Amino acid sequence: MSDAGYNYRVVRGFAFSALFWLVIGLVVGLWLAFEMFDPALNLTPWLSFGRLRVVHTNGLGLGFGLAAIFSTSYYILQRLTRTPLLFPRLAQAHLYLFNTAIALAAISLFAGMNTTREYGELEWPLDIVVVIFWVMFAINVFGTLIKRQEKQMYISLWYIISMTVAIAILYIVNNLEIPINLFKSYTLFSGANDANVEWWYAHNIVGFIFTVPILAMFYYFLPKSTGLPIYSHRLSIVSFWALNFAYLWTGAHHLMLTPLPEWIQTVAMAFSIFLIAPSWGSVVNGYYTLQGNWDQMRTNYLTKFFIAGITFYGLQTLQGPLQGLRTLNAFFHYTDWVVGHVHMGTMGWVTMIISASFYYMIPRINNTELYSVKLANTHFWLILVGQFTWTITMWIAGIQQGAMWKATNPDGSLMYNFLDTVTSLYPYYKLRFVAGVIYFIGILVFAWNLIMTVRKQHNQTEA
Amino acid sequence: MGITSKPVVFALLAAVVILIGTTVTVFIPLFMPSTQPVSAYIKPYTAVEQEGRDIYMREGCNNCHTQTVRPLRTEVLRYGEYSKPEEFAYDRPFLWGSRRTGPDLNRVGGKYPDSWHYKHTAHPQSMFEKSNMPPYGWLAHNKLDTSYSFKKTSTLGYGYSERDVQQQIAQYRAKVTDAGYPSKESRDQVTPPELQKELTEMDALIAYLQKLGRDVKNMEATK
Repeated sequence: MSDAGYNYRVVRGFAFSALFWLVIGLVVGLWLAFEMFDPALNLTPWLSFGRLRVVHTNGLGLGFGLAAIFSTSYYILQRLTRTPLLFPRLAQAHLYLFNTAIALAAISLFAGMNTTREYGELEWPLDIVVVIFWVMFAINVFGTLIKRQEKQMYISLWYIISMTVAIAILYIVNNLEIPINLFKSYTLFSGANDANVEWWYAHNIVGFIFTVPILAMFYYFLPKSTGLPIYSHRLSIVSFWALNFAYLWTGAHHLMLTPLPEWIQTVAMAFSIFLIAPSWGSVVNGYYTLQGNWDQMRTNYLTKFFIAGITFYGLQTLQGPLQGLRTLNAFFHYTDWVVGHVHMGTMGWVTMIISASFYYMIPRINNTELYSVKLANTHFWLILVGQFTWTITMWIAGIQQGAMWKATNPDGSLMYNFLDTVTSLYPYYKLRFVAGVIYFIGILVFAWNLIMTVRKQHNQTEA
Repeated sequence: MGITSKPVVFALLAAVVILIGTTVTVFIPLFMPSTQPVSAYIKPYTAVEQEGRDIYMREGCNNCHTQTVRPLRTEVLRYGEYSKPEEFAYDRPFLWGSRRTGPDLNRVGGKYPDSWHYKHTAHPQSMFEKSNMPPYGWLAHNKLDTSYSFKKTSTLGYGYSERDVQQQIAQYRAKVTDAGYPSKESRDQVTPPELQKELTEMDALIAYLQKLGRDVKNMEATK
């Protein structure tokens, strides 16, 4: 509890849960990166690549991503409504249920219980738990919004609302399945329909977890950290509605040149290009907010996290629609290029913004100062260099593999057998592993800095 | 002023905006037969093949192998005829995948003898020294659990009776445990003696791999 009776306990609980799952997810990621050039680490069935990859994506997407979103959403919600959480005990139960669910999710995925539908791999009992904790979250969001003291809802609250609604629709529709037993189920949809539903879900779960709530953080914490108001309210309104409208049409750009009906692919391609506009609406809004105050990139350690983050968001939202074009997709799809694309978004945009949001939020809810700005700067440069090396390496690897798959001899026969196109990537995989280690060290610095910040406050209270 | 002071109306409006694209590109195609056409040439999986498919899913093979050949010249050269929508009518879930760390498998059925698969699945590096595929020898150490086979095939609507399912399992078991089975030597090498007379998870996985892309050949031949 604090000023005005805001509940910060649950904010802190989710923030440190996020850090915990982030570290676990990255250790798994490093393990996978090593397996890519040396299969010796596939020591047991539980550690084999096929099972482990799902632990990595779910651990970071659901574990780290969702926990960070819940933490910042509960904070932003209370501040922007000037109202304490309506149901603080429900929020606390949400925290415990969430962490239990993620732990069970990890164990079940290690054990091979998965539906194979990307980013929605959890089996049906855990799907139900996810829906339950989502409803618990939604009750607090809407309850607090209805009871709010502040009449107008600021942009960040719009994004939190649309996330709450969209994830519910996506998660429930995608996970309609018939149980065989406690650990196994089959989806309701078959073949091309299943692919269409699944990529509508997978694309938009990324959109409404790794874009929408991160924008909520960006629009709240950037003005807070810099003391500068958002450049254009009108631009943020247009961007918000256009983004929410256009996002849902684009899932099929993940299914270019597959047996999915061509018209669905083409519609997805067109809307993907359209999506550049609202995405860049936020990018431009961010840049213009700093107008005349660019010296803050040097003087305010948080500003550079936000500006680097929104820059990667801008690059991401240009690269995505372009690689969704049928002709370019024919070359890039199924290669490491796409892996590089995803990781620029997650390691660049998402983590940069969450890092800065936590740096702003955690000292404030503990009535203390950040343990070390110097360490925060070290963290920034390590994750920047780590991420950039990581993604550029994967783009080059992707271009090389795409070209090798297509290469033909003068007589029209294939120039390389498949294995050649894999083994020639090992040097890149080794470099990617090193980049991952650099990034991981940056994240450890981040976690250490926040832990010490909270401990410092404990010492202060004792003294 | 306006909807930014009405959270419930705002949420409803957001839901409507989100559902427009969803309805046009996802919900409506669900009810269009042309999205997932069927062909009499494409047969459902047998009970054993379905068990193999479930093992393929359990081990996350789809994280490295795609199952859709695109209509591109070099892709057809590498893998064979491009994928047709009819082929996937019984696929719940679809396993098209998103990354080719390993090759596409949509046309792998019949490409190699069973013996090749026993050796390769157990020790990929014994055949391709520099391959990064994990070894799956332990699949041959697990007896295949068929206790849910009938429930699975009936839930999936394959139209088999319980007797059909028992027969399919018994037949496949008879095939791979037969003294005259052409891949006997490789199978015995990877299968522990106490399971050599039983069906293992490896047997089922290979049955599934050998099914991939076989029916479509019949469909193409009649066109």
